[in-house]
Amino acid sequence: MLTLTVNGKNYEFSGDPTTPVLWFLRDELDLTGPKFGCGMAQCGACTVHIDGVAQRSCVLPVSAAVGRKITTIEGLSEDGDHPVQKAWLDNKVPQCGFCQCGQIMQAASLLASNPTPTDEEIVATMSGNICRCGTYPRIHKAIKAASKSIAGVEYYTPEKEGENA
Amino acid sequence: MSQYFDMQRRKFLKSSAALGSLVVGTCFLGAAPRALAGVLTPPSDTAKTANLFVALRPDGIVEITCHRSEMGQQIRTAVAQIVADEMEAAWDKIVVIQAKGDPKYGDQNTDGSRSIRFNLQRLREMGASVRYMMQHAAAKRWGVEPSSCSAVQHLVTHTSGKTFTYAELVSDALSITPPEADALTLKTREEWRYINTGMAHIDLQDIVTGKATFAADVRAPKALVAIIERPPVVGGKVKSVDDTATRAVKGVIDVVSIPAPTGAPQFQPKGGVAVVAENTWAAMQGRRALKIEWDDGPNGDYNSESFKAQLLETVNAPQEMVREKGDAASVLANDTDKLVADYYMPHLTQAPMEPPCATAMYYEDRVDVWASTQNPQADMETVGKMVGMEKEKINVHVTMLGGAFGRKSKPDFSAEAAYVSMKTGKPIRVQWTREDDIQHGYYHAVSAQHIEASLNDQGGIEAYLHRTAFAPIASTFAEGANAPFSFELDLGFTDNPILTPNLKLERGEAPAKARIGWMRSVTNIFHAFAVQSFIAEAAHKAGKDQKDYLLEVIGPDRVLDVTTQNAKYNNYWGNKSVYPLDIARLRGAIEKVADMSGWGRELPKGRGLGIAAHRSFLTYIATVVEVEVSDSGELDIIKSWVSVDAGTVVNTDSVINQTQGGSIYGITTAISGGITFDEGRVQQSNFHDFRVPRMSDSPLDVEVEIIQNGEAPAGVGEPATPVYAPALCNAIFAACGKRIRTLPIGDQLKA
Ligand code: FES
Ligand code: FES
Repeated sequence: MLTLTVNGKNYEFSGDPTTPVLWFLRDELDLTGPKFGCGMAQCGACTVHIDGVAQRSCVLPVSAAVGRKITTIEGLSEDGDHPVQKAWLDNKVPQCGFCQCGQIMQAASLLASNPTPTDEEIVATMSGNICRCGTYPRIHKAIKAASKSIAGVEYYTPEKEGENA
Repeated sequence: MSQYFDMQRRKFLKSSAALGSLVVGTCFLGAAPRALAGVLTPPSDTAKTANLFVALRPDGIVEITCHRSEMGQQIRTAVAQIVADEMEAAWDKIVVIQAKGDPKYGDQNTDGSRSIRFNLQRLREMGASVRYMMQHAAAKRWGVEPSSCSAVQHLVTHTSGKTFTYAELVSDALSITPPEADALTLKTREEWRYINTGMAHIDLQDIVTGKATFAADVRAPKALVAIIERPPVVGGKVKSVDDTATRAVKGVIDVVSIPAPTGAPQFQPKGGVAVVAENTWAAMQGRRALKIEWDDGPNGDYNSESFKAQLLETVNAPQEMVREKGDAASVLANDTDKLVADYYMPHLTQAPMEPPCATAMYYEDRVDVWASTQNPQADMETVGKMVGMEKEKINVHVTMLGGAFGRKSKPDFSAEAAYVSMKTGKPIRVQWTREDDIQHGYYHAVSAQHIEASLNDQGGIEAYLHRTAFAPIASTFAEGANAPFSFELDLGFTDNPILTPNLKLERGEAPAKARIGWMRSVTNIFHAFAVQSFIAEAAHKAGKDQKDYLLEVIGPDRVLDVTTQNAKYNNYWGNKSVYPLDIARLRGAIEKVADMSGWGRELPKGRGLGIAAHRSFLTYIATVVEVEVSDSGELDIIKSWVSVDAGTVVNTDSVINQTQGGSIYGITTAISGGITFDEGRVQQSNFHDFRVPRMSDSPLDVEVEIIQNGEAPAGVGEPATPVYAPALCNAIFAACGKRIRTLPIGDQLKA
C-alpha cells in the first residue's frame, strides 16, 4: 500500500507500483486535468508539479512519488486565478485546449524558479511541451505577461539596461 | 413542457427542454437569400429541413445549440456570437449546448472549413426571429405598434420609455407566430455588436482550469479501458493469437477479437485484438504481453522508397489532361532552356494532440457513444454497421475534440468502442496511444509534382505544364480507386492562377497502399508547395523580385473561370457568382503582406524573405517568412506575416489564432520526416521520430492581418497551412541559395 499526496490530500494506492502517476491521477482519482499525449515524456501534456517542479507524470512511477507533493492543474489555484492562468485568459492562448494544462503547469514551474526568464529561457523550457494547434507565439507572450505580474518589481540587470537603451 | 414551433404545421410541439421555454428553430426559415445572398450553398440535401435551436428559458437564459464540433476553431463561441447578436441577447445570459449527432441539424461534418460559410445566414435569421418575437410580444401587451418597440440587450423598450425584460416576455412570445423569412430584418454590418469582434471564447476558463471534457475525460459511465493491437499492415489480419500472458496481468478482465474489415477501408476499424482492463496501465501491460502472428495481405510490400520512384516516374511521362489552354506541349518541346522541376512530399499524419478515444455503452436496443468526433453522423452510421443496428439507435455525444485536423472525421475508434462493449456487456473506453495514432492513421497522401515552363524574353511564362500524382482519398471509399478525383485536383491544382497563353495540367494515377485521408487543407498542401516554389524559381531565372514576379504571372485583376479551359471545377461547392475565383483579391493579399513585412528591405547576410500566396477554401491568403540560415546550415525561422481575406468573419481573434496555428502546422510539412512505410508497416511511432513543430521550431511572432470586407464568409481553419512551406522554402533560397524541392528539409541545408 502506497500513500500519495495530491493537491494537499493523502490517498492510498494498492495497485501496481510501476503505474505512472498520470494513470493514478486519471483512472483512480478522476483528476483529468493532466492529459495523455504520448506516454514517453515527449509532449508535456501530462505535466504536473512534484514538490513544485514540473515533471512528466506519464513516465513517473507512483512508487517514486511517495512522500512528495503532487500538484495537478486542479490544485494550482483555488479558482483559476494563478497569474499564469490569468495571463492565459488575457492572451486568449488556447485553441483546442488539450495541451494547455500541461503548458500552464510547465510555465508556472518555470516562473516559480525564474520569475523573469529571457526569451531564450522561455523557449528552452517550453520546447518540451507540444501544442499541435500551434499556439506557441501566444504561450510565449502570456509567459512574458505573467512574468511581469509575478515579478512585480523590475530588478536592475546589466542585460536589461542594454535592451532598454 | 416547453414547446418547439413547427412552422410547416404552424403549431407548437412538446419537447423535453426546460418548462415553458420559447424555442425557435431554423427549419421554417428556409434559405431565403438576403444580405448575404447565395451564402447558403446547401451542405447536404437535408439542409432545407435542418433544425437548429435557440431556446429562451423563463429565467431569461438563452440556450444555443451548436451542431458543429469544437476542435480549437471556437465554433461554439462563433455560433453564440451570431445568434446572440441578431437576437440582441446579453452575452452573460448565453449557454451553449453541444448537439448530439442528428440529421435534423443538417450537415454536421466539421471539416472543409465551412461551419460559418454554411451556417452564418440561417443562424442570423434564427436570432433575428427571436428578436422579432420579443418585439411583437411586448407590443401586443402594451397594445402598441411593434415598430415603436426596440429590442436591445435582453430588454424591449417602447418609445415612451417603458420596458420588459426578455424573461418577462417568454410566455407571451409562445403565442406569437414566428415570422416568415422575408418579414425579418437582419442587422446591418454596422449594427453588429458581437459578430466581427475578437471576444474571448466561452470555454476558455474551463480549459485553463482543467475542467474541459475531452474524449478521454468522460467519466459517466465509469468505463473499463480497452487498448487494441491492430494489424500493422492495411488489409492484414490476425493469423494466430496467444493471450495467456495477457490474461495473467493483474487488472486485465477480457481479451476480445475485433473482426478484420471487408472491402474498402471506409471508417471501419482495422480489426485486431482488444485488451480490456480495469485501468489504462493494466490494459497497456496486457497488450504488450500479447503474442500475435499476422497475415499481412497484399499491402505487405509497401515501401516508401520504391513508391517515391514510381511517383516520380509517373509525373515525368504524359498523363491524363485536367485543364488545357493553347499548346503548351509544343512550346515546351521547342525550348532548350526551359525550367523543369520535380517536387516531392511524403505521407504525413494529423497527430491531433489528443489521440483518438471513445467511450461506448451497448444496450439491446441502442448504443450510447461519447467521442471526439468531427462528424457525429458518421459515427452513427459506422457504429450502427459495426454492431448491426440502425443508425437512428446510436446516440453520439460530442466531447471537446483535443485537436482533429481531419483525423477525427473518421470514426473507426467509436466503432471499436461499441463493438467491444457489445462483446463484453460493459461500458468501454477505447484509448488510442500515440503509437496507435501514428501507425494506424488515415494518412495525407504522398505525392510527386512535375512542372515545366518556358519563359519569354521579358521573363514571362509563355508555356506551363504541371503534372500531379498521388493516391486519392477515393481509395478509402472504393476498393482499388487510384486516380485523383476532381475534388482533390480542385485544391490548388485545377485552379492554378498563372496567366499564360499555353497551359496544360495533367494528373497521374497511384495505388493506395495505406488508408488515405484528409489532413488540414488536404491536397492544397503539396499543390501550393509545388506551384508557389516554382514561381519563385522562375522569378530567379528571370532575374526578378519574387513578389513582383508573383504579381506579374498571376496577371491583372479579373475573375478566373477555369471551366472555360476544358476543366471540371467544384469551387469547394461554393456558388461561383458568390465565390468567384477573384484574382484581384489574391493580388490584394499579396500586396498587403508585402507591406506588413517590409518586403524589399535590406537584410543581413544569411537572412532571407520568402513569399507565397494561394486561394483555398474560398479564402485568399499570402504569407511572408523571414529566416536565417547559418553557414553550417542551421535554420532559424525569425518571423512570419500573413494577410488573410476570408470575406465576412465572425470572431476576429479566432481568425488570427487559427491563422497563426495553421502557419505553424505548415512547418510540420517542412521539418517533419513524414510517415514512411517498409514492408507495409509505418516506420515512425511517436513524437521522437514523427517530428512536429515545437516552440523552438516556430517563429515567436506570426503577425496576422485580416482584410476586412463584406464578402461572403469563406474558410479559416485550413488556408494558412498550404502557403507556409513554399514561403519558408523561398525564404531559405533567398537566404542561402539552396532550393528545396523535396520535403522534409532534413539535411539538405547542411550539404
Ligand atoms: S503524455 Fe507525458 S509527456 Fe506526453
Ligand atoms: S491548444 Fe490544441 S494542442 Fe495546444
